[in-house]
Amino acid sequence: MLLIKCPYCGERAEVEFANGGEAHIARPADPMALNDEQWAQYLYMRDNPKGLIAERWRHAHGCGRFFNALRDTRTDRFVMTYEMGQPRPDITPEQAAEAAR
Amino acid sequence: MQKFSAFSLFRQALGAHQGWKPQWRSVKPKAAYDIIIVGGGGHGLGAAYYLAKQHGLRNIAVVERGWLAGGNTARNTTIIRSNYLFDESSSYYEHSLKLWEGLSQELNYNVMFSQRGCLMIAHTVHDVQVFKRHVYANRLNGIDNEWLTPQEVKEFCPPLNISPNIRYPILGGALQRRAGTARHDAVAWGFARAASDMGVDIIENCEVTGITRAPSGEVTGVETTLGPIKARKIGVSAAGHSSVVMGMAGIRLPLQSNPLQALVSEPVKPAFPTIVMSNTIHAYISQSDKGEMVIGAGTDGYVSYTQRGGLHIPAHTLEAITELCPMFRRLRMMRSWGGITDNTPDRSPITAKTSVPGLYVNCGWGTGGFKATPGAANLFAWTIAKDEPHPINAPFTIERFREGALIDEAAAAAVAH
Repeated sequence: MLLIKCPYCGERAEVEFANGGEAHIARPADPMALNDEQWAQYLYMRDNPKGLIAERWRHAHGCGRFFNALRDTRTDRFVMTYEMGQPRPDITPEQAAEAAR
Repeated sequence: MQKFSAFSLFRQALGAHQGWKPQWRSVKPKAAYDIIIVGGGGHGLGAAYYLAKQHGLRNIAVVERGWLAGGNTARNTTIIRSNYLFDESSSYYEHSLKLWEGLSQELNYNVMFSQRGCLMIAHTVHDVQVFKRHVYANRLNGIDNEWLTPQEVKEFCPPLNISPNIRYPILGGALQRRAGTARHDAVAWGFARAASDMGVDIIENCEVTGITRAPSGEVTGVETTLGPIKARKIGVSAAGHSSVVMGMAGIRLPLQSNPLQALVSEPVKPAFPTIVMSNTIHAYISQSDKGEMVIGAGTDGYVSYTQRGGLHIPAHTLEAITELCPMFRRLRMMRSWGGITDNTPDRSPITAKTSVPGLYVNCGWGTGGFKATPGAANLFAWTIAKDEPHPINAPFTIERFREGALIDEAAAAAVAH
């Protein structure tokens, strides 16, 4: 079971959280301007990376709030969690290497 | 190829079994092939077999990153059934089930296909309505499926507790009698042996690191850890790693890779006659021929390539199983593991051409690809050989996510993932 650091409540067990999929996928500002291909990209197509992923979590059985996390999908090690609305943080090569370890 | 029979067994016994030969050739890759299949699991090896057998193509290689059938082929719970709701899905899975029924004879290899039936248990009024709808839909499509009352459920599978006093009492079940299990390794090895015999090169420990393309766009080959290999056509059958491999050709897929866990108990004498699944409380159990109870757990709900997962996921399944089958409460669990499943949003697969000429993909089988092994291999081979889909797999394109023609089998999966 993962140990996940909610930015508001601190470290809690994974069973308190719900995963919300890849982060930073913005709803189109002008939906009517999109063609079918762009809608498909927005709704269905995903990077599904083997390596670092920016993803959403919700502290469903805690504060109930969404937040983002950076995690390495090869090891499930978290680099960090950060609040919604913040851009994807830049991390150092050392942090990336630590997450991949 | 050494033919397996009672006579060959007898003859080898006279020689103290020293005369058996390797079942497929171990080869170094050639510089170029007509077709390269990426991924040496059941689907990939089967595709190579059918390309050779049905389409007369011989200059084929299967490249596999690890050893044959070491991924999801070795990590699933070997359930085979075709009781899916929609016409598109049920015809695909039924095509596969029909191939399973003749596979041991066709390959001269005992895949131990055992049609012991698959019983999907209903616990709520909603379950009853949904499963009856499945029964009727399947029967209209000529696929066997029947409704059992709780008493009939108990007669068919005596270990089940049909008491009305448990938290989720059994209100009935849908039974597909032609469903069953098979030996996972044997399927892959049988396909590998037969394909190798027809000239297919099977290359293990060879990871694809890139897909090369001509300036005009079409594929020209693959880069691998054993060097570049040229090919006119490439078929990707890489399961949980499909996004990674297809990304090498610049194609994004509607996939999310999640760990799916399974576990087996200590082996016991024959005690469980069929396959039982419960979607509502997530039980999923059958008994292998070795005697282990084979139990499928749920997916971990996040993207991961780790081939493991949280212990709370199998614990949840065991709680359900011990309530449904109280006699398993003191059974000890022996091993657990995870595989990486490639899940599409509509829980239906993709077996299709892509926007890149010469590149084909068979992916998105998610939590239920083993049952489709011969069917998907057969239709993937057709799609590669003829450069167009067979009518059965024609709806299973990538473009369906753009056109909105989804095949929403999420509710029809045996258990909710």
